[in-house]
Amino acid sequence: MSTFSEKTTVYQANDSSFPRELEDEAIYILREVASQFEKPAILFSGGKDSITVVRLAQKAFYPGKIPFALLHVDTGHNFPETIEYRDWLVNKLGLELHVRYVADSIKQGKVKEETGKYASRNALQTVTLLDAIEEFKFDACIGGARRDEEKARAKERIFSVRDDFGQWNAKKQRPELFDMLNGKIELGENVRVFPISNWTELDVWNYIKEEELRIPTIYFTHEREVFERDGMIWADSEFINKSEDEVPYKTQVRFRTVGDMTCTAAVASTADNLEDVIGEILSAQISERGARIDDKRSEAAMEKRKQAGYF
Amino acid sequence: MDILRIATAGSVDDGKSTLIGRLLYETNSITKDKIEALETASKRKGLDFLDLSLLTDGLIAEREQGITIDVAHIYFSTPHRKYIIADTPGHFEYTRNMVTGASNTSVSIILIDARNGVVEQTKRHFYISSMLRIKNIIVAVNKMDLVAYNQEKFEAIKTELLEIAEQVSFKEQTLQFIPISSLYGENLVRKSEETPWYEGATLLETLENFSTQNLELSTIQARFPVQHVVRPKTEEYHDYRGYAGKIASGTFLIGDLVEALPSGQISKIKTIEKFGTQLESGNAKDSIVITLEDNIDVSRGNMLVKVGEQPESRKEIIAKICWLDSQMLTVGKTYLLQHGINRVKAKITNISSVIDIKNMSLSNEAPVDGGLKLNEIGWISLKTASPIFADKYEENPANGSFILIDESGNSTVGVGFVE
Ligand SMILES: Nc1nc2c(ncn2[C@@H]2O[C@H](COP(=O)(O)OP(=O)(O)OP(=O)(O)O)[C@@H](O)[C@H]2O)c(=O)[nH]1
Ligand SMILES: [Mg+2]
Repeated sequence: MSTFSEKTTVYQANDSSFPRELEDEAIYILREVASQFEKPAILFSGGKDSITVVRLAQKAFYPGKIPFALLHVDTGHNFPETIEYRDWLVNKLGLELHVRYVADSIKQGKVKEETGKYASRNALQTVTLLDAIEEFKFDACIGGARRDEEKARAKERIFSVRDDFGQWNAKKQRPELFDMLNGKIELGENVRVFPISNWTELDVWNYIKEEELRIPTIYFTHEREVFERDGMIWADSEFINKSEDEVPYKTQVRFRTVGDMTCTAAVASTADNLEDVIGEILSAQISERGARIDDKRSEAAMEKRKQAGYF
Repeated sequence: MDILRIATAGSVDDGKSTLIGRLLYETNSITKDKIEALETASKRKGLDFLDLSLLTDGLIAEREQGITIDVAHIYFSTPHRKYIIADTPGHFEYTRNMVTGASNTSVSIILIDARNGVVEQTKRHFYISSMLRIKNIIVAVNKMDLVAYNQEKFEAIKTELLEIAEQVSFKEQTLQFIPISSLYGENLVRKSEETPWYEGATLLETLENFSTQNLELSTIQARFPVQHVVRPKTEEYHDYRGYAGKIASGTFLIGDLVEALPSGQISKIKTIEKFGTQLESGNAKDSIVITLEDNIDVSRGNMLVKVGEQPESRKEIIAKICWLDSQMLTVGKTYLLQHGINRVKAKITNISSVIDIKNMSLSNEAPVDGGLKLNEIGWISLKTASPIFADKYEENPANGSFILIDESGNSTVGVGFVE
């Protein structure tokens, strides 16, 4: 690695206020979804990004109601705190929530439970998702994915057209010019919509702080049974196959991203408020997705999952 | 915090992706895990150096072929502001992805390989950047390490590009030339010791000095396309009728007399709201809700403008068009024309000329094979089924462009600029 000179300056934002034009952009996108589609839904995981999307939808149509249902694909391996939060939010905003279970797809023989040390239901949820889209005839699914998360996501359009099988074709994406969004599709196709495409992890946290949004408690420090594997801290749970030498212990951790318990690593942290969480992210050496075990499977893990219909 | 949006441009292999990777590297914007992933991927490719183009070339096909196919959006910030960079492909075949990436930016960094100088793709991307009316052009003469940081080389390229600028550039556009090496990070963040003859700013300094303020867009005539009518029909908001949308251009104030297009009905702005907050005014790019004093007929796709400032009602349009589809644009064919959020049927009535990028000249005859091919730019006339209220792109870029949608495949097949 000989081409590198000493790095001289450390750049870091000192004005960490949230750029409001990102909110205007996202609200514009959500209003287009409401008008261009018959039956749109928000894919709600209970994580900070989908919480942000719900907040934006609330703002976009105020004083009217949010014109989208929520769809949660439940892997059965969720953090209980996320489910508790989900039900609180749905109740508070009077939303319509649909939950579909990966366990049912397994029972129906559509997917097979993974086995072994790294078994996870994360990849399996694609099948449950596609079935739910068909069942409810959703023509647009709004997700909280961001382009800064991962290199395949960085290539995604705001309106991402998926074929009859829910597949993403990276080589045939529609040109997307200025802010003109083209959501025209054939029956059976659907569009994944990413209103916070241009937000970074930090933008999301600053927004949550400025909007004073409640978030699931696992984003803040708490004591938890964990164990170490591959240099990462894993939450101990009945869903994970541990080996003999992976001995759980108690420590203070928080989560940076909320996937399911089998694919989300924790970070050691004492941050018990948003200010401190933001401070930790600013000085973090590791990216948000660096704590996602599902991305570590291979270099192109995300692109392959998206081809198969993942969001 | 402000955002500056940038796109890269230039021919294939001129070093666009490497430049972005290096810029992020030098500003410490790449986390450790991502650097490790880059190291692994570089080694797997048999390279003995860190290939920073792999930071943005994220697709399997791109990594295999070592080229960019689709635009990647990359983010970083300085103490000053947030940057959104669209790293676009240089390959001719993927010009439509370059246009996609460049369409939302105010700065274009055009790279040139110092060994090859200006090539046809350089001209094409310069032309497209100017067609989009991108005001700030940085011409980065890259791979200076391969020409021993030779000043004459740099000056010769500069002269050649300035000649082309005479035909391509518009009045408000500025051009800055920087000799760089993306691979070694010369004149990106750190001033290079290899180019003592260069007295200008580094790339990052240049970027930091651009204004993010979109003053012009707020001072031109006001346009408010209505996206959605908010009618809660609850007890509390029984008679509420709000018009939700994003202000395309100009400024609206409470009390402004506005006309609804196409109905022509007039009313006065009662409130300007954002999630319950009452505002005094709304500026270009604000997503707001407007309520009016009177119950006039306004629905999605209509536009509110100030009385006396209405744009021309057009059913026959002359436009410059950039064709983005492998199926030719031909006279007589019908498309859906989407102007902002409003869609109407349109029929192509004439193709008057096509631009010859290589010679920077116009052929004033109908195109040889009767149509406009993928990635070609030409002038067309079209007729719409109902009027659209567009401005000239030159005068109001936010209300002067449109896309054409193919009705059989639903894809976006062209982008037009109203003349
Ligand atoms: N010597 C030298 N090589 C460079 C420099 N910049 C880029 N390269 C090399 O040029 C090749 C192409 O670089 P890329 O960054 O992929 O080029 P690109 O412009 O992004 O190409 P496309 O996106 O496919 O149009 C790679 O092998 C780089 O390592 C430079 O400053 N000096
Ligand atoms: Mg590239």
